[in-house]
Amino acid sequence: MTYLAKPKLHHPSLAKNRVGYTRRDYEGKISTLCAGCGHDSISAAIIQACWELDIEPHRVAKLSGIGCSSKTPDYFLGNSHGFNTVHGRMPSVLTGAYLANRELIYLGVSGDGDSASIGLGQFAHLMRRGVNMTYLVENNGVYGLTKGQFSATADKGSRSKKGQTNSDAPIDLVTLALFMGATYVARGFSGDKAQLVPLIRAALAHQGAAVIDILSPCIAFNNHAGSTKSYDYVREHNEAVNRLDFFPQREEITAEYGAGELVQIRQHDGSVVNLRKLHTDYDPTDRIRAMSYVQEHAARGELVTGLLYVDADAGDLHEQIGTVEQALNTLGAAELCPGSAALEKINASLR
Amino acid sequence: MQKIEAVNDFVVKFANINGSGSASANELFARAILRMGVPVSPRNIFPSNIQGLPTWFEVRVTEHGYLGRRGGVDMMVAMNPQTWDQDVREIDPGGYLFYDSSKPIPRSRFRSDIHVLAMPLTELCNDTYSDARERQLFKNIIYIGALTQLLDIDPAEIEKLFGEQYKGKEKLLESNVQALHLGRQYARQNLKPIALKVERRDCVGDRIFVDGNSAAALGCVYGGATVCAWYPITPSSSVAEAFQRYTQKLRVDPTSGQHRYAIIQAEDELASIGMVIGAGWNGARSFTATSGPGVSLMTEFIGLAYFAEIPAVIINVQRGGPSTGMPTRTQQADVLACAYASHGDTKHVLLFPEDPYECFEMSAQALDLAERLQTPVFVMTDLDIGMNQRLSRPFTWDDRREYDRGKVMSREELDAGADFGRYLDVDGDGIPYRTYPGTHPTRGGYFTRGSTKNAYATYSEAGADYVYNMQRLRQKFETAKSLVPLPVLSAARFPARFAALFYGSTSPAMHEALDALAEQGIYINALRLRAFPFQNEIADFIASHAKVFVLEQNFDAQLTTLLVNEAGVNPASLVPILHYDGTPITARFITQEIAERVSKLNVRPLRENMVA
Repeated sequence: MTYLAKPKLHHPSLAKNRVGYTRRDYEGKISTLCAGCGHDSISAAIIQACWELDIEPHRVAKLSGIGCSSKTPDYFLGNSHGFNTVHGRMPSVLTGAYLANRELIYLGVSGDGDSASIGLGQFAHLMRRGVNMTYLVENNGVYGLTKGQFSATADKGSRSKKGQTNSDAPIDLVTLALFMGATYVARGFSGDKAQLVPLIRAALAHQGAAVIDILSPCIAFNNHAGSTKSYDYVREHNEAVNRLDFFPQREEITAEYGAGELVQIRQHDGSVVNLRKLHTDYDPTDRIRAMSYVQEHAARGELVTGLLYVDADAGDLHEQIGTVEQALNTLGAAELCPGSAALEKINASLR
Repeated sequence: MQKIEAVNDFVVKFANINGSGSASANELFARAILRMGVPVSPRNIFPSNIQGLPTWFEVRVTEHGYLGRRGGVDMMVAMNPQTWDQDVREIDPGGYLFYDSSKPIPRSRFRSDIHVLAMPLTELCNDTYSDARERQLFKNIIYIGALTQLLDIDPAEIEKLFGEQYKGKEKLLESNVQALHLGRQYARQNLKPIALKVERRDCVGDRIFVDGNSAAALGCVYGGATVCAWYPITPSSSVAEAFQRYTQKLRVDPTSGQHRYAIIQAEDELASIGMVIGAGWNGARSFTATSGPGVSLMTEFIGLAYFAEIPAVIINVQRGGPSTGMPTRTQQADVLACAYASHGDTKHVLLFPEDPYECFEMSAQALDLAERLQTPVFVMTDLDIGMNQRLSRPFTWDDRREYDRGKVMSREELDAGADFGRYLDVDGDGIPYRTYPGTHPTRGGYFTRGSTKNAYATYSEAGADYVYNMQRLRQKFETAKSLVPLPVLSAARFPARFAALFYGSTSPAMHEALDALAEQGIYINALRLRAFPFQNEIADFIASHAKVFVLEQNFDAQLTTLLVNEAGVNPASLVPILHYDGTPITARFITQEIAERVSKLNVRPLRENMVA
């Protein structure tokens, strides 16, 4: 963390995006996390992605559970409404918020303890329902705020800083998300911003439940030899299946690709995801194959990253339950109250 | 032998087997009497089971309009061999036993002080119908037919009800009418007349016949709830199901066919309250319906909503505890659990409806209160009100009524430079302003968290900030006193030394008991509490009487505790009278308990310091 206050004045020459904001306008309070924390890199990637996507900051609602990761929404998008909810229950609060107003962009930030341990149920059910949101898991395999206990994503056999060996099988959130029906599933690494920013951009544009499991090493409690979530370990075992270029619907596609290496996916909102294949055998539109692919590589000790699955035609919960286009929180008595005449009819039917 | 004689004032209890189709037949019986202008009060006493276990349906016929459970049985319709002995025992001396005599029952299992009406129902059915399901279902209608004959219930009323039920299904209508008359004919030819009669009256008026859960759901529709998140739990499930039913009719956009509501059946109560809080935070009116075990699961979230000051409405249809407790029995045993739900220093607004009318009113009002006070509000109904159809005042709605959305700062106000402090008390009522997410590009955004904050919602662990917040919350709770419904006084005809406090579903039995006590010369001033926090009038009322009986349907005298804790009442002046066996409290119970205590309290020693 830094104790240096950020200057409030911005340099006049800072570049502005199409909606008139500089990158600094997407920042929040100064982080209180440890220096070198992977989570801070993720916050920076969120800031970058939102700025690049020309999202007005106040149109984003950012929700989190409890833990180091869940503190981070205070450190980006300072003009957005944020909600630090209870441990493991961000998904339900976000679902309710999203039901109330379908017009905002919903960003859920959680950690591995918050999502895979205490919150596994809500994580799974949110995917099932197809809530239109971006769900970032800042995954470091350890409880930071309570000083170093294993979380449910810690690999079997990995060692804690205090020397204990984890004997429980790990939960792979990517596989779980695929299984539970998430329609955009990716894995990233906080140390690879070039990969992460486009993953977040495409996830924000995705109309449905988008999950990114982001390996985000804990510098204080899980960055030692014997950990499988350390910077070194993740770098050594990272197997990126693709490189992603994301183009919002209005942007012209500028990148050039070699023959046979491109997968192009047009999403529901008109945006285009261009994937540069790094593994020629990988098809990110095949959900069943994605699950086994991730597991096969995990068995070899490889950590598959990149855009693992996307259903470009995904629908969201509001579509499924047929709610009106207008945000429910804007409806007044005129639209909601059936009035006394209707009530009189109901009374008559009850006699 | 004595014969119970009564016109329009008796209790018929049906003993059936769950899943046999008896419930709809018995309801038909109750409705037919209602249609004759005579009030009835039916109660379903059912097991936590779908098929096979015993179930009872008690119909009180009451020209006086006493809708509480009376206690005692004048006529038993014993259709369940499993519970025969218990059912026969329950009949008042001189009462009647109607039973299926197809299989002989030994004489030792009858009583000599009751009148027996034997009808070979199974035989009759087997002779008339060949299909097994028809035999089962029409058996119910045949006994209803026999009862209409015995009790002088107009068969035309039942036929009319059949007509409404089987509109367009002529064949079903016809066979039901046939079964009805089969029963009537048998009774006319073979059964001795009895002295319980229904006579046509005009005592129902414009009242409606509805269950409290449907009424609460309709209150949520009228009160503007757009988000309902719930998890099935007896006895509350029918609240959300009724909300679904009503919104499908009343809340569909006429042009697009789209819904002006969202209903989510969540994976558990943790998720349902989470969704309600998320929706409330984002400016939609939202509610959940649950029962005690659900409230237990929700308490962490309820604490967050209390401190983060988020509107939420929780309809608690109370039952016996714990989770594997008495899910199909009624109690008022969640008063303390809800008043103080969650860790930390929390207190919540509770509303106590007495009947379906108030379930409707208070559910709609709870949505206003939750937004005005920015806090969770409980509607404390129970199984007795929620799952039984009750004769009730018709629902009313004033079309000029606006929803009270509380203190919400708009984009215009923020543009005009209003000082926005999310947890700042600007006008002394303890209620701060809030903004909906997405209101303004640069102003009014804030980060919502529990209690580690200052008045401007910035992270703070400073003691002074915490103290400010707690004192403001206390002020807010004071403000709530002026907003929640006032208690209702039923004053005795003559000046009274004694008083009674009661709430919720105890109401009809209490009013009947007050009449019965007055007949005995015992005059009681009765106050029905309708909300927590308690207004100061309640403490004044208690202080102005020698003793105050507190009627509750729980074991621990929970409201009494709350009165002592929160209203500064002298505990010695309160005398709890508690009914907690899972059945609804009866007028007979209340009358007896109060009369006994009053007679003891009125005893004067003959000489000083000596007991009489």
